[in-house]
Amino acid sequence: MYVATKGGEKAIAAAHRQMAEERRGDPKIPALTIAQIREQLSLCVDRCMTEGSLYDRDLAALAIKQSQGDLIEAIFLLRAYRTTLPRFGYSRPIDTGSMAIVRRVSATFKDIPGGQILGPTFDYTHRLLDFKLAAETEGPRTVADRAETPVEQSVPHVLGLLDQEGLIQKEKTENKPAPDLRIGRIDFDHEKTAERPEAFNEDTPPDLTREPLEFPASRALRLQALARGDEGFLLGLAYSTQRGYARNHAFVGELRIGAVAVEFDMPELGITIELGEVTVTECETVTQFQGSKSQPPQFTRGYGLSFGQTERKALSMALVERALRWSELDEDFVGAAAQDEEFVLAHVDNIQATGFLEHIKLPHYVDFQSELELVRRMRREIAEDSAGRDLSETAE
Amino acid sequence: MSEKAEEHNPVNVDNSDPNAISDRSAWISLLAQSPAEDLSARWSELGLAPKFTYLRRPEIGLVMTQGRAGAVGERFNLGEATVTRCSVRLATGEEGHAYALGRSARKAEISALCDALMQTKHAAALATKVLAPLAYAQSARREDAARKAAATKVEFFTMTRGEG
Repeated sequence: MYVATKGGEKAIAAAHRQMAEERRGDPKIPALTIAQIREQLSLCVDRCMTEGSLYDRDLAALAIKQSQGDLIEAIFLLRAYRTTLPRFGYSRPIDTGSMAIVRRVSATFKDIPGGQILGPTFDYTHRLLDFKLAAETEGPRTVADRAETPVEQSVPHVLGLLDQEGLIQKEKTENKPAPDLRIGRIDFDHEKTAERPEAFNEDTPPDLTREPLEFPASRALRLQALARGDEGFLLGLAYSTQRGYARNHAFVGELRIGAVAVEFDMPELGITIELGEVTVTECETVTQFQGSKSQPPQFTRGYGLSFGQTERKALSMALVERALRWSELDEDFVGAAAQDEEFVLAHVDNIQATGFLEHIKLPHYVDFQSELELVRRMRREIAEDSAGRDLSETAE
Repeated sequence: MSEKAEEHNPVNVDNSDPNAISDRSAWISLLAQSPAEDLSARWSELGLAPKFTYLRRPEIGLVMTQGRAGAVGERFNLGEATVTRCSVRLATGEEGHAYALGRSARKAEISALCDALMQTKHAAALATKVLAPLAYAQSARREDAARKAAATKVEFFTMTRGEG
């Protein structure tokens, strides 16, 4: 029997008003603006964009404000918002080789073309609280240094150096050419032809937002799932590989952060344009590989890519990505969590996870009532049974 | 890649040569990359108010951005970005189109109008008063960022080694 009950509308409305008051905090303190969050809490904006899988700094800042800084709630808001928008199409793959570098380091080679560029980093800080930041009035502004000579426009990838020597596993280049969208003009007099983005579908990699996850997943699908996955979950898994669960001793071949152009084939004109720039973090790890029957000993790659300045995320992603490639590289499955594609991909999405987890807070009165009935009945039966046995024992 | 290079020349403009942006994808890209406030300010200064109809009113949507495995390998879907597009037709018949990251309807509309006007006798004025200053500002922004990054480049020193 299914029983529906109603009630609590007034309580819910009041709870939401209370939440709004709490969110605002002490009204004597000035309210946060979206611009303040966007500019001064930029790293949590970046995390929300990455895991919300939606690049829009202002929307992410709004989501953070609305969620009182609960980042998973903010990510949920972004994911919900994106479902309300039409999809115009797919970009061309971003070219991280032509990134306008903000930060770029390699832990494998000291001298690299383009140099080690530290950029704005917490590395090498002493992690001491800076009480100057707690002062009510802003102190003198710190201005970044400017070098005479700017960083080169295109800084080569460090792993390219190993690639030239044939010491690192080659990336598969695509069989299919990039989608050719030069399909002629769109006739605006016919509404239906104005929506052509689906013309991409044939040649595009699998898209989690369009089709449910199936196992085994392709590498492209894994990368998409990891790119939008929870940073904490990936950090834990990546750490587990370093501690010996899957045994991949990874080096950071290169970590780079900077702006890349997003190129898009404009269906109206059949030309490629730049839609603007996005900041991304890219991490390429290098892991030693013993070789197999078909491949000589060489290094293998793990790859991480994420929106904004999110290097812990990109690094974690690269380590987990590498661990998941055991089958393709003829390695043994040692039962480690980070190697288990189904385990990783089915649990990496924090919105899926929190949706299921948190729904158990909602009323389950009827479900629980039936459980309660069941437990009572079982206890009664056991009691009656043992009472009966006692009787029969005395009879004997 | 070569095919792409042909159809998409990088924007290469200096203030002295207003005719330098002659490639349609270059000016559409430049308009897309410019901050909405800058574009709006330049457009107001230009003082043109052409009659037009919308082929498509400013519309916010998404583009799925893609990356490549290992930077050079197979493509994968990285995540979406908000994009606003707009298409217009001038009373004189020319059509203009715009796509840009973000959610600025005003920017999309001005960009589409600029694209249309670049096909008219106003092209030279537009190139001098709108496109060239925007391109200049863009290259200044890029250079400043590249100089800031360069200031954090590590200089290694070789320490004396051995018993000496």
